[in-house]
Amino acid sequence: MAVIDYGIGNLRSAEKALCRAGADARLVTTAAEVGAADAVVLPGVGNFGRCSSELAASGMWEAAEQAAGSGRPFLGICVGMQLLYQGSEESPGVPGLGLFEGRVSMLAEGVRRPQMQWNLLEVTRPGSVLFAGCSEGAWAYFVHSYRAPVGPETVATCDYGGTVAAAVEAGPLWATQFHPEKSSALGLALLANFVRSCA
Amino acid sequence: MRAVRVIPCLDVDAGRVVKGVRFTGLRDAGDPVELAARYDLEGADELVFYDITASAQDRRTMYDVVARTAEEVFIPLTVGGGVRTLDDARKLLRLGADKVSVNSAAVARPELVSEIAGTFGSQCAVVGMDVRRDTGSASPRWEVYVRGGRTPTGTDALEWACRCEALGAGELVLNSMDRDGTRQGFDLELTRAVVDATSVPVVASGGVGGVGDLVDGAVIGGADAVLAASIFHFGEVSVAQAKQAMARAGVVVRPVGPPAR
Repeated sequence: MAVIDYGIGNLRSAEKALCRAGADARLVTTAAEVGAADAVVLPGVGNFGRCSSELAASGMWEAAEQAAGSGRPFLGICVGMQLLYQGSEESPGVPGLGLFEGRVSMLAEGVRRPQMQWNLLEVTRPGSVLFAGCSEGAWAYFVHSYRAPVGPETVATCDYGGTVAAAVEAGPLWATQFHPEKSSALGLALLANFVRSCA
Repeated sequence: MRAVRVIPCLDVDAGRVVKGVRFTGLRDAGDPVELAARYDLEGADELVFYDITASAQDRRTMYDVVARTAEEVFIPLTVGGGVRTLDDARKLLRLGADKVSVNSAAVARPELVSEIAGTFGSQCAVVGMDVRRDTGSASPRWEVYVRGGRTPTGTDALEWACRCEALGAGELVLNSMDRDGTRQGFDLELTRAVVDATSVPVVASGGVGGVGDLVDGAVIGGADAVLAASIFHFGEVSVAQAKQAMARAGVVVRPVGPPAR
């Protein structure tokens, strides 16, 4: 399992949490390694535009795009989820990977931004594989100021000044706005569901 | 919904957790990685490590502590103390910290905040503020101190908080030096003033003597998170008990325990 390392923030936690959840995960820095992996994880923190440009500068953009559309298990985390959409209000003119319809927009006015807290998830698709066995009382850790649109791919939401898309699932393509690698026992259980789906 | 975070703070010196009263008189409180794992199990929402060491040797020990914690504990970790440059921040983030907290170095060179926010995102740019009430002032006023609370800066705490937000800080940790280690509770007037003046999350810190103080910090102070050290380290109150007490008082917190099936 390849965790795409394109020079942003803390990726060690994602790698270690996936290993704890049973994966043979490692950080990779080349398109060839992404292409050769059975499953791919795209983390992301901070600014959408910066993540987009760093991913392109790392030479792994096409490999990530190809992996996400290939039918191989793929998991986007935080800005890694937002990158699956067409673009973001945060960075006008900067493309996303465009695997899902719509654009990412700012969280509602009147709430403290970023949302930097644990929030209770509402699992909106009962058959979600990601949330198998974990759909009740699921609290996850969020850090973000922008949100993806709610669409047919959305499987969980939370409430923060309105409905926020928290997780998506479309066949083997999964993503979470929250950080499973920072969501303690719940996060490890969700990552274990992902790892099992890769087998 | 808005849920208030409960954050144990671990002051680390030469690889051990210590706790002082008003920055002096240190007591040993255990191994940081073991304590971090225990707090995760008890339901801590985040952890803060504050490096209070001075020597280069002990700084390397701290890096090792951060790396080992990131392998064992899967909740957010903020590391502060001695972060002076963008490279210091990068190193801690690469080792497994999620946020870095800057204090004196940001007062000396405020661009450090915007450099960290611009490079790694606001979500990992935390500014720690050590402040003390100005007793000579007729209206409430607080002053920012640096160098572990030893040196006054003349800067007004509310102005500094707003400046930090404008520079890109994603969170403010507000430590009342008047209350630190005293167990008299947070400076609630200070907490409320900073919460009202800013729109980023504010963490109340300094002075917790019991769970009632945590409730007050959330309800009266309006803090987004409450931070404490001694009450947790010496086993007086578990994080779980603190969160249960907060929930009983009507504060929304993440419930303790494994996810329901």
